[in-house]
Amino acid sequence: MKVVVIGNGMVGYKFCEKLIAKSLPGLELTVFGEEMFPAYDRVHLSEYFAGKTLADLSMTEFSWYADNDVKLELGNPIVRIDRTQKKIHSFSGAETAYDYLVMATGSAPFIPAIPGIDKEGVFAYRTLEDLHLIQRHAPLSRKAIVIGGGLLGLEAAKAMLDLGITDTHVVEFAPRLMPRQLDHNASVILQQKLSALGITCHLNKNTIAVLGNESVRGIMFSDGSMLHADMLVISAGIKPRDELAKACELPVGHRGGIIVNDLMQTADPSIYAIGECALHNNMIYGLVAPGYDMADTVVAHLSGASKMFCGFDMSTKLKLIGIDVASFGDPFIGGEEAKTIVFEDSHNGIYKRINFTPDGKQLLGGILVGDASSYNMLQQVCRNQMTLPPDPMDLIIKPRQGSSMAGVDALPADALVCSCENVTKADLTDAMSAHGCETVDALKKCTKAGTGCGGCVPMVKDILLHTMKQQGRYIRNVICEHFQYSRQELFDLIRLKELKDFDAVLDTYGKGDGCEICRPVVSSLLASLWNEIVLKKENHTSQDTNDRFLANIQKGGTYSVVPRIPGGEITPDKLIVIGEVAKKYNLYTKITGGQRIDLFGAHVSDLPLMWEELIAAGFESGHAYGKALRTVKSCVGSTWCRFGLHDSVSYAIRIEERYRGLRAPHKIKSAVSGCIRECAEAQSKDFGIIATEKGWNLYVCGNGGSKPQHALLLASDLDSDTCIRYIDRFLMFYIRTADPLARTATWLNKMEGGIDYLRNVVVNDSLGICGQLEQEMQALVDSYQCEWKQVVDSPELRKRFNHFVNAPGEKDPNVQFETLRDQKKAAGW
Amino acid sequence: MNVIANSAVEWYFACHITDVPHNGGVCVKVEDTQIALFHFAHRDEWFASDNECPHRKQMAISRGMLGSHHGEPKVACPFHKKTFSLTDGRCLNSEEGLSIRTYPVKVEEGKVFINIAALNQPFTSTIQTDAYEDQTD
Repeated sequence: MKVVVIGNGMVGYKFCEKLIAKSLPGLELTVFGEEMFPAYDRVHLSEYFAGKTLADLSMTEFSWYADNDVKLELGNPIVRIDRTQKKIHSFSGAETAYDYLVMATGSAPFIPAIPGIDKEGVFAYRTLEDLHLIQRHAPLSRKAIVIGGGLLGLEAAKAMLDLGITDTHVVEFAPRLMPRQLDHNASVILQQKLSALGITCHLNKNTIAVLGNESVRGIMFSDGSMLHADMLVISAGIKPRDELAKACELPVGHRGGIIVNDLMQTADPSIYAIGECALHNNMIYGLVAPGYDMADTVVAHLSGASKMFCGFDMSTKLKLIGIDVASFGDPFIGGEEAKTIVFEDSHNGIYKRINFTPDGKQLLGGILVGDASSYNMLQQVCRNQMTLPPDPMDLIIKPRQGSSMAGVDALPADALVCSCENVTKADLTDAMSAHGCETVDALKKCTKAGTGCGGCVPMVKDILLHTMKQQGRYIRNVICEHFQYSRQELFDLIRLKELKDFDAVLDTYGKGDGCEICRPVVSSLLASLWNEIVLKKENHTSQDTNDRFLANIQKGGTYSVVPRIPGGEITPDKLIVIGEVAKKYNLYTKITGGQRIDLFGAHVSDLPLMWEELIAAGFESGHAYGKALRTVKSCVGSTWCRFGLHDSVSYAIRIEERYRGLRAPHKIKSAVSGCIRECAEAQSKDFGIIATEKGWNLYVCGNGGSKPQHALLLASDLDSDTCIRYIDRFLMFYIRTADPLARTATWLNKMEGGIDYLRNVVVNDSLGICGQLEQEMQALVDSYQCEWKQVVDSPELRKRFNHFVNAPGEKDPNVQFETLRDQKKAAGW
Repeated sequence: MNVIANSAVEWYFACHITDVPHNGGVCVKVEDTQIALFHFAHRDEWFASDNECPHRKQMAISRGMLGSHHGEPKVACPFHKKTFSLTDGRCLNSEEGLSIRTYPVKVEEGKVFINIAALNQPFTSTIQTDAYEDQTD
């Protein structure tokens, strides 16, 4: 059987993969691709700008085609289909005969016929080739417009941000963003979030002209207003690629798309069409999951099985620039057919809407913006027509602890968990019992669940944990294959036996030779317990590379150096020294978020020389490289500020100097604000202090970063010394009991009893350990030494700071820099 | 990559055993190539591999952390913690088709030698990445 596929996109490739898996005898499979690259993941295209390579995005290894006897012709578009002779003619001039032809030609960006659309600086956003062109133009551009506020348009806007264009505008014809997925209020919330990121949205705008001479200067709207920019990206929807089908007189829809039946057959029974080029029931499916289902349908038909494609759930969840956006079922249904509950929190940028039957029994659809953590569950409830709780509102108000596990339990066995790869809950539990899968990775390999868009991975994990628990299997929270202990257990054991180096710990309590997971954990424990110098001979190779070189490794293999600037206060003389060092060693300088200065691009052999100069001027290590105290940020406080209640700078300096160098399960950040205006943003820190009329309020376990969380009030109106005692206890308790790489916020979230329990331990001494915690902290404070100075003073340690062992002092010739705004930057990878 | 046209010198003198940290690595310059050399003291073994991590083409394997995976010795690149077998150089994290070359090491009278014969043999760490880079250059 000769099967020929036109198109090597995601769906075309998936068709091949599924067909090969059937191992049909006598199959000859040929694939023609118009692009130069083998099939790649278009869904995650914008990640290409965020650093992913073609290899990361590729659907399979290049060798897959040859290994499976699939003939792949790239860069060779088909020019004609001869239906009577059952042959296709390719651009290279060759003819290929087929028994069955599968058209997976996909779609092209819809380019509206606006005058001037062919100017320089106007791009489509669809293929890797488009991305290369955009990438080449971006450095010349300051302001970009994306036409199209749909899913792909917003992806394109994100790509603009990733390329460093901070002034990006999105223009949408409809009165709201993502009109197919969101209602008006959801769009408003999304717009607010986007504008905080530097993306301005213009809705209800009909673009009628592209301005500029040769290159684009802006666009004009039908209302006469204009918007200027030096780059224009069109992402206004798709147009099915049906030109080959039209030319051989296969019927197509009026607005494009090759008409197919439920078997994905075109009017010619030996020609199929799948993916975005196919028009099924008057509908083009612009998502990958239905495309895969179509591919499945054709594979089933060719291998003699029966399967029909009967439409597809268009639920989507995506993370746009870090913002969750999801819609499922029928997001808009309302009126008499449905009741609706809306939860709107414009402060935190969260919008949730669910629609259910008037009797309140069944979920029909909904929208989530800002927090889509319950998407998987809601979609399952909707798709499987599960009975709703007595008050459907419980579905969208913060899921209580443990409720997601109960939810997994309630799922029927045939619930579809991964819609990209068609994996049900039963497939997962079978893989666990029949193939012994015990990790998410093993499940991914075995069932392919979570390998498409990845959105179902949290649910796969929940099902895994839940099933293991059900089977009575004890899930031990162990560090890795070498240590069958939790971090907390190991902490106590190392203290008990007074072990001082990694090999001693490994030989006493572990097995094997250690690894990149347990080595840094043990190194951190040793540092928290004994506070010996981290570069001590036996231990330095078990430090993460940053701790090993006391600096932060950056692209290209050079390091960045951050001297400590306690509380962010610095004299003009010291500022000058930093500038001089940066100049001398040709470094890129940038102010950090923690009120200090980062010097980038230092060769490893220059590090001790730079430290020597910095130390001579009174600086010390800022521990920016360690899982350690980073900075104590401060506002200027009562010394200058007319609102300041206390001297927040002096207090911040006192705190930073007390805990400098303290090693912990993860980095620790702090801040002190001189009044309730909170200019130091103390409530986003691991511990934050805010001045009150009577003293200080102490907040703990806040976090910025990817999952921001406000710190919680631990105690109020404290005097300076008591506040520090509480911080001593709090930090030592965290260091003793947290999991590896758990920030204080995560640690608290997992703590049974939460902040009340923590307050009992730290303030009321419910465990009777506060005396000990304070003593341990004092010992660490007393034994502090600057690690940079230890290196500078030791010829033996200095020897380690060379790139080549057999050519000391010689720099890595592979390190390359480029220039950006009069400074250097690392060459891209 | 034409590193050493004349492969008469197969065993290249790298350094003295005391130059290499216990359970860690150093980078050895071999003409214009870089080789990572490791003294895995916990196993009492020596290993050598390419210094370049094929994932992002960074010269940093020698600064990586040593370990074992079910008994097989491995090194983790400091950039993104991709791990590679020190026995055959294959990537142990996933099936991305990445690999590094490994080289035999011998120690004689306190001196460490690396067998660099493999440097002259053609080698591609990943087909896709190379194919793509040719397209963009």
